[in-house]
Amino acid sequence: MDLASAKMIGAGLACVALVGAGIGIGNVFAALINALARNPAAQVTPFAFLGFALAEATGLFGLAIAFLILFVF
Amino acid sequence: MAIEIKPLEQFTIERLIPLHIGGLDVSYTNSALLMTIAVAVVTALIVLSSRAARLVPGRWQSVAEMTYEFVADMVETNAGHGGMQYFSFIFTLFMFILLGNVLGLIPYSFTFTSHIIVTFALAVVVFIGVTIIGIARHGWHFLTLFAPSGVPKVLLLLLVPIELLSYCIRPFTLSIRLFANMLAGHTMLAIFAGFAASLPLFGILPLGVDVLIYFLELLVAVLQAYVFAILTCLYLHDALHLH
Repeated sequence: MDLASAKMIGAGLACVALVGAGIGIGNVFAALINALARNPAAQVTPFAFLGFALAEATGLFGLAIAFLILFVF
Repeated sequence: MAIEIKPLEQFTIERLIPLHIGGLDVSYTNSALLMTIAVAVVTALIVLSSRAARLVPGRWQSVAEMTYEFVADMVETNAGHGGMQYFSFIFTLFMFILLGNVLGLIPYSFTFTSHIIVTFALAVVVFIGVTIIGIARHGWHFLTLFAPSGVPKVLLLLLVPIELLSYCIRPFTLSIRLFANMLAGHTMLAIFAGFAASLPLFGILPLGVDVLIYFLELLVAVLQAYVFAILTCLYLHDALHLH
């Protein structure tokens, strides 16, 4: 296998990290809806968005690796 | 006719005023221009709106007061007792990153937070500053940060290296989080815009997706500035109060 195609496959594999981010973000908002449905007065929305940002970032680490593989090395 | 899509072209740094001192390249770049604009906008907002301050705030004064109160509230709840001493630093950091992210969303402008060296420099400043504050406040006692109390002695052998590693990795996660978010978002916008340009008739579909992504990016731009500031507060809390 030549280097160019190996790079493409590697970048594609690195994007699998986004599966985890998707599950994480889904969990965050599922829990938020759960909490607000049980107690509409709960002040949890800022924490949910903090959790969303942190969960999303983990997936983007993988995406950053994909960009590194494709364009830097 | 195929249009070549270059999603990473928007991140190129151009020298606006070439300048060389010794062997160093200190040219005034488009990145530096956007940083200057960000600082100017924040300064203008705060100075102009507080110059003719009234008891009942006008529009601009209430914008300035809202941002002030938002950050002050964040510092007070997250950095704990004694954290307000460092309020001005966190406010500056928050506004600088916020303006950097939001100004970058203007078409044909430049996002300086999409360069790892910028975010890494900011994160290292936070890391070194917080470590110095911790050592100055607690002396050798600062090292108990790495050894949680109430843990069996045998477990400490395993726990201390992990705590030490997670402490030292902070500037990297803090900087990569901001950088990767900005890079990925702007690249995605450019890719969908490229689809819209290259499809003859159904280009309206990717254009619609692009509009939705733009709203998401607006949310992410504000959120990442918030996350950067709040994590700085939490690190400060660790240094001020240990565990």
